[in-house]
Amino acid sequence: MSMTLTEKILAAHADTASVRPGDLVDCRVDFAFANDITAPLAIQEFRKMGVERVFDPDRVAFVFDHYVPNKDIASAQQCQITRDFVRAHDLPHFYDIGRSGIAHVLLAEEGFVLPGDVFVGADSHTCNHGALGAFATGVGSSDLAAAMALGRLWLRVPETVRYVFRGRLRPWVTGKDLVLTIIGDIGVDGARYGAMEFAGEALAQLTMDERFSITNMAVEAGAKNGIMEPDDAALEWVRPRARRPYTVYRSDPDARYADVRTYDVGGLEPVVATPFSPGNVLPVREAGQVQVDQCFIGTCTNGRIEDLRMAARVLAGHKVHRHTRLLVIPASPAIYRQALEEGLIQVFMDAGAAVSTSTCGPCIGGHMGVLAQGEVCVSTSSRNFVGRMGHRESRVYLANAGVAAAAAVLGRLAHPDEVAPAPGPA
Amino acid sequence: MAMRGRAHKLGHHVDTDVIIPARYLVTTDPAELAKHCFEDLDPTLCTRIAPGDVIVAGENFGQGSSREHAPIAIKGLGVACIVAISFARIFYRNAFNLGLPIVECPEAYEQVRDGHELEVDLESGRVRNLTTGEVYAGRPLPEFMRRLVGAGGIVGYVRATLQGRDVSAKRGG
Repeated sequence: MSMTLTEKILAAHADTASVRPGDLVDCRVDFAFANDITAPLAIQEFRKMGVERVFDPDRVAFVFDHYVPNKDIASAQQCQITRDFVRAHDLPHFYDIGRSGIAHVLLAEEGFVLPGDVFVGADSHTCNHGALGAFATGVGSSDLAAAMALGRLWLRVPETVRYVFRGRLRPWVTGKDLVLTIIGDIGVDGARYGAMEFAGEALAQLTMDERFSITNMAVEAGAKNGIMEPDDAALEWVRPRARRPYTVYRSDPDARYADVRTYDVGGLEPVVATPFSPGNVLPVREAGQVQVDQCFIGTCTNGRIEDLRMAARVLAGHKVHRHTRLLVIPASPAIYRQALEEGLIQVFMDAGAAVSTSTCGPCIGGHMGVLAQGEVCVSTSSRNFVGRMGHRESRVYLANAGVAAAAAVLGRLAHPDEVAPAPGPA
Repeated sequence: MAMRGRAHKLGHHVDTDVIIPARYLVTTDPAELAKHCFEDLDPTLCTRIAPGDVIVAGENFGQGSSREHAPIAIKGLGVACIVAISFARIFYRNAFNLGLPIVECPEAYEQVRDGHELEVDLESGRVRNLTTGEVYAGRPLPEFMRRLVGAGGIVGYVRATLQGRDVSAKRGG
């Protein structure tokens, strides 16, 4: 029976020849992880399950990224629960500050997630990894505990919708703009319970960093997973990082899709999602005059090296507006180091930006850049719900790194070409 | 299994950030989380919800983060059940795993007003409006979810699974 990429991976992990959308399958899990917020609950539930040890210590990771470096005593106490568990179980893959980055970026860099995997994480943006041709999905802490205990998880096979990108992207238009455009189109529950499969020649032009930001935001359309068939570029990215063998799956040519939607990307402009939904999407040029108090470049969605390069291209030779603040947070130590080596950190500091160690902090209104009442932030993150980055009357515009950098320079929402010349073809 | 309670009506796409803002995710204590439940949606809502009350909401309830603190906070308020047109998928799983009853019933969202007395039958998905006398047909609990509830949620499910096999053995392949 012909199957989509997602169906093939789930069938293989359920040890069955084929699956159909709607089937409930008990799948082997290749890897499971939790962060500093979700791990304590997972550990608590794991203990209730009466299990002595995790199913395979080599296939479990804990990554501290939300409230690190610990912001207060409560967050420090919370991290201690996980540190104690890691020591007691002698778990090898534990990332505390200094070695840690934002989990989704770090775990891919470190080669823990591979094509063909079933990868689960107690964090909704785990769908990030679909860019590598893995089935990756976010779960709650209790499900994560079940995966830690059994090395298996029950899953309902999702229907797949295929999104095909045709044409060639204009300058300053990124993977972030593509995924926001889709979410604006189908809505924040437009892919609820489903799989989003991305394809087309415009996708092939994108760097891996841009592809990750597309699958990362699949959850913002309500999807179970976002996924792409790994091409040569993806496999080149994977090869030096892979920690174990992997299998490359591709959708059958006659696979059945719930829908196929084609986008001609040649006409797209950089977009923003306006408060208070990632589904409120319009071109930045049509967003009107919006004064900006803070800009934030970072997160699992857009804190990668390509994002930092794009921001630096805009910021070079400019200063952050006197009434605006700019935060730059490289998503992992490797990205931070590379940004240092390329002189990007110098550009940010010369412009007057604050550069921080990896943390999710500002994206969740947790620490390191919380917004006051009435403040406006342009952020490269993925959510702009009420109160997401601070006070319930603060407002967040989601955008790519070039738009966020341009807003930082001009102190208002702006297209990057108002500040810097357009980059040449990639 | 039927529950009776007073309705609190919310809108569409109620996200986990307004259910429990991330700034409070430094504890897993249900009572502590309940104090801030729905704070950014309506700062006084949590004081108006009494134990046994029912939340009625629109589409995609619980969208966003995977934080299990969201259903824990709602449970901490003593909410008996959530009736919505639909639920975001991670929230749906989390609610079942934690034993927070949820029912999909689009008609209830259309008809129910704040303060109506409801009787919700979890298995059949039927919602009876005791204030107006109306009955709304919701979605029956799927067979697998029924078994999961019967097993005592995910913890019971895992315990039962483990009893069936040797867990000390590492998975092959």
